[in-house]
Amino acid sequence: MVHKSSVPLHWRMQKSRYNLIGSKCVTCNTVFFPSRILCPKCRRKGKLESFQFSGKGEIISYTIIKVPPEGFEKNIPYAIAVIKLEEGTNIAGHVVGDIENIEIGKKVRAVFRKIYEDGKDGLIHYGLKWELEEGNE
Amino acid sequence: MTKRVAVIGIGMTKFDEHWEKSLRDLSTEAGILAIKDAGVDGSSINALFIGNMSAGRFIGQEHLAPLATDQAGLNPIPATRCEAACASGALAFRKAYHSILSGEHEIVVAAGAEKMTDLKGTDAIATLMGAGDQEWESSIGLTFTGLYALIARAHMHMFGTTREQLAMVSVNNHKNAVHNEKAQFPKEITVDDVIKSPVIADPLRLLDCSPITDGAAAVVLASERIARNIAKQPVWILGSGQASDTLALHDRKSLVEMAATKVASRKAYEQAHMKPEDINLAEVHDCFSINEIISIEDLGFCEKGKGGKFVEEGKITIKGEKPINTTGGLKAIGHPVGATGIRQIVDIVRQLRGECGPIQIKGADNGLALNIGGSGATSIVHILGTEPEPITS
Repeated sequence: MVHKSSVPLHWRMQKSRYNLIGSKCVTCNTVFFPSRILCPKCRRKGKLESFQFSGKGEIISYTIIKVPPEGFEKNIPYAIAVIKLEEGTNIAGHVVGDIENIEIGKKVRAVFRKIYEDGKDGLIHYGLKWELEEGNE
Repeated sequence: MTKRVAVIGIGMTKFDEHWEKSLRDLSTEAGILAIKDAGVDGSSINALFIGNMSAGRFIGQEHLAPLATDQAGLNPIPATRCEAACASGALAFRKAYHSILSGEHEIVVAAGAEKMTDLKGTDAIATLMGAGDQEWESSIGLTFTGLYALIARAHMHMFGTTREQLAMVSVNNHKNAVHNEKAQFPKEITVDDVIKSPVIADPLRLLDCSPITDGAAAVVLASERIARNIAKQPVWILGSGQASDTLALHDRKSLVEMAATKVASRKAYEQAHMKPEDINLAEVHDCFSINEIISIEDLGFCEKGKGGKFVEEGKITIKGEKPINTTGGLKAIGHPVGATGIRQIVDIVRQLRGECGPIQIKGADNGLALNIGGSGATSIVHILGTEPEPITS
């Protein structure tokens, strides 16, 4: 996948990918992640502002990937979940830690991790993954 | 201007791994069959629409539509490529239909083609993921099986849909495919085979997934004037609907329904003056077993959450109350993504003409086809019938 090595792509995504910054429409109070430049509900009547998410959320569904796409061969098996963020929108995220015990309803928090290594001499992409919170039953 | 449009010719290649043929060979082969079946001369065709998801990544070839007309000797007619991921075929069909309704054309070819096996497996998986959200789904290592696994887990959690019920979808499709000479995997499998097949993205296993396939399909559409003049058994388009939803699965309000399917099917039902219970048979988009269950619900064949039970009770079998994927579905026929939407139309037409032999649904006078793009961001529904008048119930 050629574009994985693209510096501009990862440059553009830095803010959201490293800091969990999305957007909030102050007209209808809806939050979005990743950020949007237009509120799909209010359209031109909406006003979007930058919004920092806390990085806390809950798993609403998950899968364990055993057959990966190109570039993720070394990671298998790995867990991907749909996470409901505390502030009220969903995100797909890579869950790390004790994935044997992953379950719907468990709490997770965002952590900074390596996402993808583009070969031995290519770019290393960092970003947010999700760790199961301690004290989950 | 015509208000009625019919399918007057159908053709498709065998769906298979065609290492010996290129994409252009496949699309030309399907086109020749469809035009021959229609009984028209190539010179009478006014336009071509071709559905294709990703020839640019699968084989490095863009600008596919004029390649198709070039190879078929149809130049200089207008040629248009349609892309809506796995719903590209239905999109080409719908646009061909519209071009006749507009009055500009009278005889149009709608085709679909995909050559997937030139890439190695992990590259094909990454290419298919182009139908999802590149920046926020693909970038974290999600796959299409992964997306549908997220949907499956949520459906199982919310409604108690069982692992066995998912397997029964694949079992029924393979059973139907045994009689389909165009199918990639015309052989029966058991629930046990599915449940013991390798995990791809838990809870989905290999035999929950449609395969990587090469193939092409084509149909000829015509205005009422032409259809009545030349077709022995025209099959009429009674309804057509299309709708869109968020590209990323995680942006949906619900993981367990496809809002686009609900809207697209409602439009098609309204145009056809029909209700879900009037449908005699359906082709639904079983790219993964869970999608057949969700589609059964969203098309209104049963209540939300009861799709698994509907399958378990045998209602989708050839002899059931709502025969689904009577020729094998994406699972057993194969899923050359851009071709599937046209292949579904081909198989509905075969059923309505009574050409299906041991899998013939007796007395069927209408059929519905649902073609879905991505994880449900595009949904396209067509209802076809043997009579042009809307059937009111």
